[in-house]
Amino acid sequence: MIKTDILIIGAGPTGLFAVFEAGLLQLKCHIIDALPMPGGQLSELYPKKPIYDIPGFPEVLAGDLVHNLMEQIKPFSPGFTLGERAEKIDKQLDGSFIVTTDKGTAHHTKVVAIAGGLGSFEPKKPLIEGIESWEDKGVSYMIKDPEVYRDKKVLIAGGGDSALDWSIFLAEVASEVTLVHRRSEFRGALDSVEKVQALKNSGKINLITPAEVIGLAGDTHLNKVYIQKTGEEAPIELTVDAFIPLFGLSPKLGPIGAWGLEIEKNAIVVDNTLDYMTNIPGVYAIGDVNTYPGKLKLILCGFHEATLMCQSAYGRIFPNKRYVMKYTTVGGVTGFDGTKKEAPKAVVKKIE
Amino acid sequence: MAQDIQVTIVDRTGQSHTVLAPTDMNMNLMELVRSYELAPEGTIGICGGMAMCASCQCYVTSSHHLEPMSEEEEAMLSEAFHLQDNSRLGCQIPITENLEGLKITLAPEE
Repeated sequence: MIKTDILIIGAGPTGLFAVFEAGLLQLKCHIIDALPMPGGQLSELYPKKPIYDIPGFPEVLAGDLVHNLMEQIKPFSPGFTLGERAEKIDKQLDGSFIVTTDKGTAHHTKVVAIAGGLGSFEPKKPLIEGIESWEDKGVSYMIKDPEVYRDKKVLIAGGGDSALDWSIFLAEVASEVTLVHRRSEFRGALDSVEKVQALKNSGKINLITPAEVIGLAGDTHLNKVYIQKTGEEAPIELTVDAFIPLFGLSPKLGPIGAWGLEIEKNAIVVDNTLDYMTNIPGVYAIGDVNTYPGKLKLILCGFHEATLMCQSAYGRIFPNKRYVMKYTTVGGVTGFDGTKKEAPKAVVKKIE
Repeated sequence: MAQDIQVTIVDRTGQSHTVLAPTDMNMNLMELVRSYELAPEGTIGICGGMAMCASCQCYVTSSHHLEPMSEEEEAMLSEAFHLQDNSRLGCQIPITENLEGLKITLAPEE
C-alpha cells in the first residue's frame, strides 16, 4: 500500500503546486490522476496556449507552466499514480483515509486534498446505436496497449491529434488501418497530417472522408462496420476486428460525487476560505473543483488555496508541534532527495 | 454606454429564456449562457472558450447574419456530436449590436 501524508487527487497546476507548499512543511505528497500525464487541463486541452495571468510570467505556455511546476516540486519527490481514477474513500478509525483507484491501487493517507478541476477526463462516446453493447468486444475509446491490435484490422474515427497519431502508430502494428472522419480537413499538428497523407499515399492507411460510422455488427465480437460517405447513397460495409472512436475527452466529476461531499453546481462546497476543508474533516478541495462565495476559477487562486490548505493540513497532522511559516529566501528549499537550495550568503567584508 | 441587446436562449431542458446581453463587455454567447446560469457549471465552456471542446455548441435558429466560422471552430464542430447545419460554438460568437433578437438553442450535452 502506498503511504503518504497528503494524497492529492488531480495533477493539474493546483495539485502540483500543493506538493511544493507541503514539501516546505516537510509533508510528503502522492498524486492520483486519471490522465496518463501530469498537468490536467493544461496538458490535455491546451498545452500550446499562452497564459497571461500567472504572476511573474508575462506570458507562459500552459505546457511550459506544467513543466516548470514539475521542476519546482522535484526536490520533494512526489509519488504519482497516473492513468487511474480515484474511486473509493474509506475513513479509518484513527482519522486517516484509504483511497482506492479504479485499478485497485490503494493509498493510505493522513489528509486528502481534492484538486480535481472539472473532474476526471473521460472519452466522449459517439452516438452510434448499440455501441455500448460492443464495448470490450471490439470497441474501445482509448488505446492502452497497442499490441492488442497487432495483425488486426482496425478502424479509427475522429479528426484530432489522437486519431491521427494512433493511425500513424497502428499503421506499423495492425494489418489494416482505416481512418474515418466527417471532413477531409484534420485538426492536428501539421507533421501528423503530413504523415497520414504519406501513409495514405503508400497504401498503409485507408482514408475514408468525409464519412461517418453509422452502424456496427458482429456475432459475439464486432466484425463489421457500416460507413456512410457524405453524398453517397449506400453505406460502405467494412470488415474489421476493432473500432476505436477517438473524439476527445470530456471531464466528469465522477465517483468523487458519491463520496458524501457537499456538491453544488458540479463543484465541492467548502464552507470557508480559511483552509478549504470540505464537510468531511481531513478532506480538502482546492482549485477549480471547489466552490465558495466569490470563487474564481483561476490558476493563481488555486495556488493560494493550495498554500492555505497545506498550513491547515500540517496543523491536523502535527497538532502539538510549534511551527512558523518561513520564507524560501530565508529557509531555502530542502528536498527529500537530499538537495538543498538556498540564497547565497551575503558577503561581510571590511573595505580598507 | 453601448446598448444591451435581447437574446433568446432555449436551454437543454427546452425552456426558453429571453435575456439582456451587454455588447460592451467583450462577452460571447457561451459566457452569456454561463452568466445567467442557463446550463449547469461544468457542462458548458469547459475549455474556457478556446474552441477546444464542443460543450458550448448551439443551434442558431434566427436568420441573423453571423461572422463566418474560423478554421478552428469548423474543425472542432466536425468532431462534435448532435451536429446540425446551423451548429455553432457559442464561445466563438461575440455579442454585438447586430445580434439584437438572436435566437439560439443549446445542443445536448456530449
